[in-house]
Amino acid sequence: MNRPSPLLTISGVAKAYGSVVALAAVDMTVRRHEIHALLGANGAGKSTLVRILAGVHPADRGTLEVEGKTANFRTPVEAMRGGMATVFQDPALIRDLTIAQNLRLSRTDPATFEQWLEEFDLGSLDRDRMVRDLPLDILRLVDLARALALNPKILLLDEITAALTADQAEKLFELLDRLKTEGCSVVLITHRLAEVMRICDTATILRDGCNVAELEVGGITQQELVHAMLGSPVDLAPDTQAGTTAPTTAGAETVFAVEELASGEAVRQVSFAVRRGEVLGLVALEGQGQERVFDILCGERRPSAGRILVDGSPCRFLSPADAVRQGVVLIPGDRLQALLPSLPVYQNLVVTLITRIRQWLGLPADERARAANAIDSLSIDTRAAARVRRLSGGNQQKVAIGRWLVSGFRTLLCFDPTRGIDIQTKGEIYALLRKLAADGAAVLLYTSELAEIPLVCDRVLVMHNGLIVDEQAAAQATEASLLTAAHGLV
Amino acid sequence: MVDSAAATTVRARLAAKARANPSVALGGVCLLLVLVTGFIEPEYLSLNGARSSLLQAAPLGILAGAQTILMLTGGIDLSVTMIATGSAYVAASQSSHGAAVAILMGVAVGLVVGAANGIGVAVFRVNPLIMTLAMSGIMLGTFTAWTQTILRGSTQVAPFIKELAAGSFLGNRLPYSVVLWAVISLILIWLLRRTGWGRLLYAVGDNETAVRLAGVRTWQVRIAAYIAAGILGSIAGILLAGRTGAVDLQLANAFLLPSVAAAVIGGTSIFGGVGGYTGTILGALILSVLTSMLTFLNVGQDIQQLVYGTIVLALAWGYAGLANRE
Repeated sequence: MNRPSPLLTISGVAKAYGSVVALAAVDMTVRRHEIHALLGANGAGKSTLVRILAGVHPADRGTLEVEGKTANFRTPVEAMRGGMATVFQDPALIRDLTIAQNLRLSRTDPATFEQWLEEFDLGSLDRDRMVRDLPLDILRLVDLARALALNPKILLLDEITAALTADQAEKLFELLDRLKTEGCSVVLITHRLAEVMRICDTATILRDGCNVAELEVGGITQQELVHAMLGSPVDLAPDTQAGTTAPTTAGAETVFAVEELASGEAVRQVSFAVRRGEVLGLVALEGQGQERVFDILCGERRPSAGRILVDGSPCRFLSPADAVRQGVVLIPGDRLQALLPSLPVYQNLVVTLITRIRQWLGLPADERARAANAIDSLSIDTRAAARVRRLSGGNQQKVAIGRWLVSGFRTLLCFDPTRGIDIQTKGEIYALLRKLAADGAAVLLYTSELAEIPLVCDRVLVMHNGLIVDEQAAAQATEASLLTAAHGLV
Repeated sequence: MVDSAAATTVRARLAAKARANPSVALGGVCLLLVLVTGFIEPEYLSLNGARSSLLQAAPLGILAGAQTILMLTGGIDLSVTMIATGSAYVAASQSSHGAAVAILMGVAVGLVVGAANGIGVAVFRVNPLIMTLAMSGIMLGTFTAWTQTILRGSTQVAPFIKELAAGSFLGNRLPYSVVLWAVISLILIWLLRRTGWGRLLYAVGDNETAVRLAGVRTWQVRIAAYIAAGILGSIAGILLAGRTGAVDLQLANAFLLPSVAAAVIGGTSIFGGVGGYTGTILGALILSVLTSMLTFLNVGQDIQQLVYGTIVLALAWGYAGLANRE
C-alpha cells in the first residue's frame, strides 16, 4: 500500500476541564490528499479535539506535529500560522458587526475571500449586512470562505453540513474533493453517516476521550460504522435490578403528555405520554431539538404549536413557576442552573418551599428536618455543606435532585442527569429514578449515555431532526438499535 | 497544606480571621477609629460624642439598609437619596395636615418610586444602574418643577418630625432617631435571616436561574426589594428633614456614595448573594466616626469625599482578594 505521507500527527493528546476528563489519550494521523471523518457519540471528545487543533485550548499532554514538525499551538493565531483553518459549530463571527468589519478584524484577504464566496454563488452578498441579520447557512459559508482564504494545509469542519441545504452541501462536497487533489486535507466532524460514506477516505472514531478505531471508509457499510462507534458495552455495574424488575406500567394513568409540540425549525412535531410509575427515555444525537423540548416542558419557552397536558387537562406554562405548580419539575442539563453556589446545602434544598408570596413572611418549621431527610435519602456528602460550590459534581447533582424531593412533584424532567458524574453516583441516580417512579412519579429522562436506557427506562423514544422517529421497549433497546434510529436510519 | 503554609504570614492569618468572623473584624476597625478620633479630640470620648456619632449614623444606616437589600439581589439604587429628598419635600408640604399625614405621604413617595424602579428592573429587565440613575434624574426634574407649583408653600417640617429626628429622651441621652434605627435594624435582620423573602434575596443574587427553575417568580422578589428600599429611603429622608428643620433639593445628595460604601464596608457584595445588615450597621458607624474625625481635623467636604472613595475602592479590592482565596 502506497499511502500518502502524514500531514498532521496527533499523539497522546489529553485534556481535562477541572475534574472532567474530555480527552484521555488520542492518537490520530491525517495524511495528505485525505478527507478524514472524526466520529463519535455525544461527549466523546470531538469538539475538544477540534478546539485543541485550532489552538483555542492547549492540550494538557501529548504532541501535535504538522509536516513532521512539533506544533503544540497555544493560541488560535499560532494554529493559523501552522496551517490550520477551522469552521466551528457556531460561526466565529461577531453578530453586531457587518461581514466586512468581521473580515477586517480577522485580517482576511478580501480578494481571496471574494473568490471563495463566488464558489458558493454568494458573490452578490452585501458585505455591509450585519451578521445577526443573516441566516445560519449563509454564515456557515461566509465562515468557510474566510477559513479557505487563509489557504490552509488542514481544514477543520465541525458539523458544517448541519445548517446547510442539500445543494449547498453538494457544492461543499465538490469543493472538498477538489481541495483534496490540490493537497489540502480536511477533518470533517458530522453525525450524518451518509456523508462519511460518500466523501471521506478515512474515519477515526472517538469514544470516552480515546480513539478506538481508524477505518478505511471504502468497502464498509453505515451499519459497520455504527458498530465501530459502539465498541464494548460500558460497564456500569447496575446495583439495581431496575431493568429487570421494572413494573409494567401499561395500565397506569397518563400523568403528563404533549401533543404535536412544535417550535420553529428545531422541534417539528413531538407527541408522547408518560404514565404514572414510568421512566420514559429520550435519546438523540446533539442538536436534534431535545434541548428545545425540555425548555418548553419546564416553562422556560413557549411552543409555537401543540399542547401540554397534565392529568389530561391542557396547561399553558408561561414560566417555570407555572410548571412547578402543576408538579412538573426540571433537573437541568447544566447543574449550575439548579444550584445556589454560595449558599449552604440545606438552603439550596429548601428553596422550593418558599416559592409563593404567602410563604415569604416566615420559614417552614420543618425545613431543617425535610432537608435532613433529603440529605439522608440521597446520601449527600455534607463535609463541604457550607457552600455548594465546594461539593463534587456528583454531590452537586444530588442537591439539584434533592430540592425536588423536599418539595414533592409529580412529573420529573431530567436532562442528562449523569453527565460528567462518577460511576458510583450514576448507579445511585439510576436507583433513585426507579424508586421515584415506583413511588408514583412520571419521569422523562433524556440521556446521552445509551447504556443507561435499559438500566433505567421502561420505554425509549428516539428523536431525530425535530421529530420522534422511533419508540422501543427499553429492555430490548441496544446501543446499536438506538444509534441506528438516532441517525435517522429507521 | 496550602492553608498552613500561607498562615505563616501575618497577612494571611489576619485575612483568615476576618473571613471567619467579619463582624468582629469590622467592630475592631470601628473601635480603633473611635480611639484615634479620641486621641485627636479627647472630648469625643464621651456620651456626647457617642450620641452625635449615632445621630449621624442613623439616616446613613437606614439608607445603607436599602442598598444592602438590593445589593444582595445583585441590584443597586442610585435614586435612593432622591427618594429621600422627595419624601422629605412631600412630608414638609403636607406638614400643615399634621405629622401623621405628612409622614404617610412622604413614605408613599418611596413606595411608588420603589415600585417603579422594581418594575423597570424586574419586568422590563433594565440594568439597575441605568434604571435608578434615570429615575434619580426624573425625580430631580419633577421636584424642581413642583417646588414652583404644587409643592410651593411650607418647606418647614411638622414639630413632631423635628422631635423624632433631633430629639432625645432619658435626659437628652438617647435620641429617638437612634431608637428608630435600632427598631428598623431588628426588622431588617429578622427579614434577611428568618423569612422566606430574605432567603430569596440571597438566592436571587446568587443564581437567579436556579431560583426561577425552582418555581419562584423572581420578579416578585425583586419588586418587593425595590419597594422596601424605597420605603427605607423615605424614612431616612424624613429623618434628615426633621434634623435640619427645613428641606431643599440637596437634602440627601451627599449620602449616595456613603450609603453604598457602608454596605460594601460591611461585606455585602455588589454582585449579590453575599452579605447582611449587621455588617452594614458597622459600616455606617465606621463612616460616621470617620466623618467626625475628619471634621475634628478640619478638612472640607472635598477631602471627605476623597476618603470615602478611597476606602470603598480599597475594601472592594480587599474583599475580592478574600473571595479569590476561597
